[in-house]
Amino acid sequence: MKTVRIGNGCGFWGDSIDAPIRLAQRGRLDYLTLEYLAELTMSILALQKQRDPDTGFAGDFLDVLQRLAPTLQQQPKLKIVTNAGGMNPTACARRAKEVLQKAGLTRRIAVVSGDDLLPRLDALLAQHPFTNLDSGEMLQTIRPRVVSANAYLGARPIAEALKQGADIVITGRVADASLTVGPALAEFGWAWDDWDRLAAATIAGHLIECGAQVCGGLWCNWREVADWADIGYPFVDLAADGSFTISSDAGPGVNRETLAEQLLYEVGDPIRYLTPCVVADFTSVSLQTIDNRTMRVSGAHGSEATSTYKVSIAYRDGFMASGTLMIAGPDAVTKARLCGAALLQRIGVSVDRSHIECLGAGACAPGVIVPSIEPSEVMLRVAVHDGRKEVVERFAKEFAPLVTSGPPGVTGYTTGRPAAREVFAYWPALVEKSVVQANVEVL
Amino acid sequence: MMTLSQFAHGRSGDKGNHANIAIIAYTPAGYDWLRANLTAEVVAAYFAPMQPSRVNRYEAPNVLGLNFVLEDILAGGASRSLRVDTQGKTLALTLLQMEINPPNPEAMTRNKEQPQ
Repeated sequence: MKTVRIGNGCGFWGDSIDAPIRLAQRGRLDYLTLEYLAELTMSILALQKQRDPDTGFAGDFLDVLQRLAPTLQQQPKLKIVTNAGGMNPTACARRAKEVLQKAGLTRRIAVVSGDDLLPRLDALLAQHPFTNLDSGEMLQTIRPRVVSANAYLGARPIAEALKQGADIVITGRVADASLTVGPALAEFGWAWDDWDRLAAATIAGHLIECGAQVCGGLWCNWREVADWADIGYPFVDLAADGSFTISSDAGPGVNRETLAEQLLYEVGDPIRYLTPCVVADFTSVSLQTIDNRTMRVSGAHGSEATSTYKVSIAYRDGFMASGTLMIAGPDAVTKARLCGAALLQRIGVSVDRSHIECLGAGACAPGVIVPSIEPSEVMLRVAVHDGRKEVVERFAKEFAPLVTSGPPGVTGYTTGRPAAREVFAYWPALVEKSVVQANVEVL
Repeated sequence: MMTLSQFAHGRSGDKGNHANIAIIAYTPAGYDWLRANLTAEVVAAYFAPMQPSRVNRYEAPNVLGLNFVLEDILAGGASRSLRVDTQGKTLALTLLQMEINPPNPEAMTRNKEQPQ
């Protein structure tokens, strides 16, 4: 049976810049996917594009592409599918073409767009309330503050781009798993309503979309990882019937435990994992150990996709800052709490939201994990959120004084004043598929 | 006293202001015990200081997994939370530290020599 090998060399913007090159060199891939867009990345890219119309995409991709050039010389058939386009896939593609030309390479680049709903948001609002999926509120309440609104497109335009002969597909917002489902559709010619196979490829894509997380990263039995420096990145060998094996190019590989942890990562109801292309049942698959670093996944079941796309909306929501001070010696926690409270009082006005925590004394699960022994030192961390930038900036100036005007044992003020940063809050919503048109353009 | 981590592994992450925690048993016997005893109510009570508004539990028997969704536990989520762990990345390890007392711990313990 024909198989296609798809590997993912990047799990988020900020992930290793060596991993994609190593994976392409060692993985003998048919497709390299690179995933750059977290929920709120689009809002940052939207503001970049407002300032400079030639930006608004994941710039890291250009560096990766440049460093991939020698590998692309050696592997002329290797294709790349990435959502690095962000808010400006056309500009990203133009720059990518320049990078390739400088390296003496000719590749057909395709752009997938149509996810950006902001230019026609008001027209859409006439028919779609864009109700917040979590809170039930209507978008009208925050409409003037919206900075980005993107539908999660599916695999179909990616598959169309590949069928039109693209070697590199650059998209805006698409569902993460679509980076894998697209190549599978293009290779195998599955029907758009072949739900079981679409579910299989979706599960493959979900498993590799976070990079090393499926092959050693975050593994609870981390002591069994021999070489953390070269942890390895994952690839699947997907067959025409939808079954696949999954392994990695280095490190501990994929086993039943690493696979199970990632299968349920950031999942709600595992029986109904919603994507633009299919509703996948993650509980339908059987796992089989092939060898100590390879698993086989088969039997995926899916059902008809919903009539809507998920939409990720970001809106301006004031300013935040956080700073830290080291508090050492006896009674470290008591002194840290005292410093935190004094710091907030010294601002002179009350802030909308604030939080004092003692890193080293149960900050990650406040009240749930309480250390049984008083720590000999803790890191005081104070964070505030307020609509007034000047108040947040004032807050940032109150860390340094505590080095001389607080209790004994305060140190570690070396990194300067924390910066006030603009907050973009997240607003998840739905939009009918019929009003969104995905565009494919081969350059 | 034993902890959940002796009988299960897991992973957690965010979905907006909600977090999910997957708890995966090492053995089928462990899965049966967890399914009966690690209920949504038990998990909600454990995390009560962090004030989840609601806890839902889903089952994934193919991987011996229970998936808990803890609503509104992230104090604003990735974009607005003031906590150091904005995305609930550490919550699985928190839950795995829960003290439990199963009657037949040997049948629930990981055996890494045993072929899977």
